[in-house]
Amino acid sequence: MALNKEQIAKRIAKELQDGFYVNLGIGIPTLVANYIPEGMSIFLQSENGLLGMGPFPSEEEVDADLINAGKQTVTMLPGASLFSSADSFAMIRGGHVDLTVLGAMEVSQNGDIANWKVPGKMVKGMGGAMDLVASAKNIIVAMQHTDKAGNSKLLPSCTLPITGVRCIKKVVSDLGVFDIRGGSFHLLEYAPGVTIEEIQAKTAGKLVISPDVKEMEV
Amino acid sequence: MNKVVANAEEAIKGIEDGMTLMLGGFGLCGIPENTIAALVKKGVKNLTCISNNAGVDDFGIGLMLQHRQVKKMISSYVGENAEFERQLLSGELEVELIPQGTLAERCRAGGAGIPAFFTPAGYGTEVADGKEVRWFNGKPHLLEHALYADFSIVKAWKGDTNGNLIFKGTARNFNPMMAAAGKICIAEVEELVEPGELDPNYIHVPGIYVKRIFQGSGYEKRIEQRTVRKS
Repeated sequence: MALNKEQIAKRIAKELQDGFYVNLGIGIPTLVANYIPEGMSIFLQSENGLLGMGPFPSEEEVDADLINAGKQTVTMLPGASLFSSADSFAMIRGGHVDLTVLGAMEVSQNGDIANWKVPGKMVKGMGGAMDLVASAKNIIVAMQHTDKAGNSKLLPSCTLPITGVRCIKKVVSDLGVFDIRGGSFHLLEYAPGVTIEEIQAKTAGKLVISPDVKEMEV
Repeated sequence: MNKVVANAEEAIKGIEDGMTLMLGGFGLCGIPENTIAALVKKGVKNLTCISNNAGVDDFGIGLMLQHRQVKKMISSYVGENAEFERQLLSGELEVELIPQGTLAERCRAGGAGIPAFFTPAGYGTEVADGKEVRWFNGKPHLLEHALYADFSIVKAWKGDTNGNLIFKGTARNFNPMMAAAGKICIAEVEELVEPGELDPNYIHVPGIYVKRIFQGSGYEKRIEQRTVRKS
């Protein structure tokens, strides 16, 4: 069985390390916050100017002046800090954020990512995505392996307008975990019940099966 | 010296058709509600608006779009606005999309006397079209220029009559950089106090940047995505 969104998030949460400053994008990446291991201290960065983001508020706690980058109301954990957008992107560009998790429409075997624009559809803008992918040292893409029509989203090269070049090093899809290096996707783990043949069939980009490939623990 | 003006109508004196404005805020958080209302009432047109977002249909900069006052938006994200989309597709409205960090830094540069800078964001994408590329520390970077405005309009939580400002929560966002990048900065605040009442240790924007200040009223502070936890 392919992973559901929660399971993708749960698998990505295993990449967290104590003390990490982490930026989570909108969609599946946001769910990663639900699986931070007990006792581990993680600081979530929201690029509109907050470090130490907490869970969604209760009805009584809702504050219009406290939102995340998806414009949802949020809370602050004890020890949080607030800052301007310039400071926020200084943190991002300066390489101070330990891990960035983003969604994507396409990823190429060179590590290019497309996640901001579909030709023919209303362009909403890149927001902070281009700044994040250009600078983050450690980016994990959380995505569905194929689009709704069943076409691979792991490609030889992106067909959509790209957000950044050669910046993605790891992909967690509903089918498996992949490292991107040397111009190939390296399959490290496959989802329980998913065969390597299925992954091969659904990956248009160059795929290398790691000699240590194993079933994912979810 | 008196920076205090009575209200938004007085604060926007001198804003004319065709000018470039910076407006603080992220989504609907920290937007200058009172001044936007006054601009709509005044009916100035052909404005170029630099703002991270373009509001929603019936709030924020969306109100100025409804009244066809905006010629060009310079933003990083403009989703969730049907009237915006209609004007863009019909060619009435021009849009320049800029990566959010680049937008913040271009505003900061404008206020800080830095005419241009290099950033890695956008290299290899359509944002890089026509821009000078230089390599630093083994990585390609784009030359980006500072942004300036005839007027910058910001919203703070507290301010004093010297123009010192304090923000609350994530309502700070683009406001501090924009305050410095406008030839004339208008600040509207929820609470206006006398000098000495704000602790200098906690000032976010020093008053030197602010030319006009007033205490706003009737803040709606609309929430775009009201999200609460279940338990």
